[in-house]
Amino acid sequence: MHKAKRPTGSHAAQVPRQRPGRAKAWATRAPLMPALVYMVIVTQLPFVATLVISFMNWDALRPDERGWAGFTNYKLVFTDPDMRASVITTVWLTAGVVLLSLLLGLGVALLLDHKFRGRGVVRTMLIAPFLVVPVAAALLWKHALYNPEYGLLNGTLTWIWSLFGSDSPPQPDWISDRPLTAVAVSLIWQWTPFMMLILLAGLQSRPMEIIEAARVDGANAFQIFRHLTLPHLRRYLELAALLGSIYIVQNFDAVFTITSGGLGTANLPYTIYQTFYQAHDYGRASAAGVVVVLGTIVVATFALRLVSTLLREEKTS
Amino acid sequence: MSATMTRPRPLRRREPLVRNHSKTLVGLAAWTVGLFFFAPFAWMVLTSFHSETDAATNPPSIAAQLTLDGYREFFGASTGASPWPALINSATASVLSTLLVLALSIPAAYALSIRPVRKWSDVMFFFLSTKMLPVVAGLLPVYLAAQNLGMLDNIWLLVLLYTTMNLPIAVWMMRSFLAEIPVAILEAAAIDGAGLPTVFRRIIIPMAAPGIAATSLICFIFSWNEMLFAQVLTGVQASTGPVFLTSFVTSQGLFLAKVCAAAVAVSIPVLIAGFAAQDRLVQGLTMGAVK
Repeated sequence: MHKAKRPTGSHAAQVPRQRPGRAKAWATRAPLMPALVYMVIVTQLPFVATLVISFMNWDALRPDERGWAGFTNYKLVFTDPDMRASVITTVWLTAGVVLLSLLLGLGVALLLDHKFRGRGVVRTMLIAPFLVVPVAAALLWKHALYNPEYGLLNGTLTWIWSLFGSDSPPQPDWISDRPLTAVAVSLIWQWTPFMMLILLAGLQSRPMEIIEAARVDGANAFQIFRHLTLPHLRRYLELAALLGSIYIVQNFDAVFTITSGGLGTANLPYTIYQTFYQAHDYGRASAAGVVVVLGTIVVATFALRLVSTLLREEKTS
Repeated sequence: MSATMTRPRPLRRREPLVRNHSKTLVGLAAWTVGLFFFAPFAWMVLTSFHSETDAATNPPSIAAQLTLDGYREFFGASTGASPWPALINSATASVLSTLLVLALSIPAAYALSIRPVRKWSDVMFFFLSTKMLPVVAGLLPVYLAAQNLGMLDNIWLLVLLYTTMNLPIAVWMMRSFLAEIPVAILEAAAIDGAGLPTVFRRIIIPMAAPGIAATSLICFIFSWNEMLFAQVLTGVQASTGPVFLTSFVTSQGLFLAKVCAAAVAVSIPVLIAGFAAQDRLVQGLTMGAVK
């Protein structure tokens, strides 16, 4: 993936390998230690704490009843219909948003890969949605676009219908009718630019000589796309999907703002937030947290394997 | 990547496409899509300059008179609730955490690329894996710890948390930027007897300056955007811009222009940082994996 002219791996090879004394090894490690120690403390300790609390009876409103609970919290988590529903919601929301924004992003990137008048302007217009603060974007969609009385969507419907002389345009209540789709669309709007940027970088790193050669050999645009562009883009597609998933699976702002988790849109982050913030049941919230972490580890293992192939390629390229 | 490129299968001969015609079509399509995506943004900006009554019409009144009332309301003209404390909190948390991230990530990146420790790629993966752990799962212990240490509603807590959130990204980014520095220069400096601090000050920092700038801007954006921690861990004192935004929509009656003005105002720092980092945005967002 890297186009680095001089791969990093060669640093180690070029610096003559002496048998480093212990002091020397520590001198090498020293610049790394502050960051590493900091990360270990602030990320690993809380998870250990979560693990411990997840086996406890701990309700903030009833502090006297604190004690060990065994697997009770886990039983509650796995039998809680809200929790199960939120897992399904999270999967749908993440998969839907990632796939659609990836496809849209690919389409837009393919367009932007061509030269045309005002390409820079179009690119800037396309990046803009990504640079709106997520809460602000959610508010924008909820109030200025989806609002059934004066939102832009229904306003546009009224306007189009009036062009045809009709004064009874359809005025759907977007959020109530399709709550999850409403949340997803606002996220797709924000994340398509992200996918587009990665895929555009991928497109522009294609080896042009080979594509030129294929064109000279008479390959049409579709054949070039199918046999040259797509294989080249595979890694970029994977990377975009992976990074998009990391961020979207954790989405809180849009769900919190647009539906407040109602109407079946509560995803895992929102549900845990709710258990913890409103119900004050620390034990159960922690058990849910542990389950989420375990689930994430399964997914992340695949993701990390992907990134490690990228890193290996960089070392050997 | 190019090394893995397989030779294309032999393809049938065909007439080359007429390219001029399709060029116009591509331009047209790109402009259509671009405007489509830009429309909600443009609508937000336009509405923010409308009066409340003009903002709440159906069909929309695009050509309505422009006014700054929405912004005046956002800055507390009638309620007296100024957004400045929240915005200053946001700026403080974002800037301080970004500085802390740089101070930790640049030396770390050095020890992961220029003079790598053994098993440096394992360390890289440790950093990356922390990014994949769901933030909510750590929320409760952080809350309890903060409660016990008396750090709830304290801006320094957000500084520390945002540093945690951005440090893995910054380490990955900085590593990819430091890896671009030619070894020859570093070796020449070593032969000339330059110590590590000199090498940092005279070579690494100046040569990686664009990368450091891009890393800072992206860390700034992520911190500025963050809401979950700010929502749960702050109250009155340390509340940030995004939290202020959500509390903003409680009033009854018309508030569309005000909300749009607030959304624009809070997004301005991110828009500036984002467009400033535009060329390096991809590299940053992919943690240095894509150039």
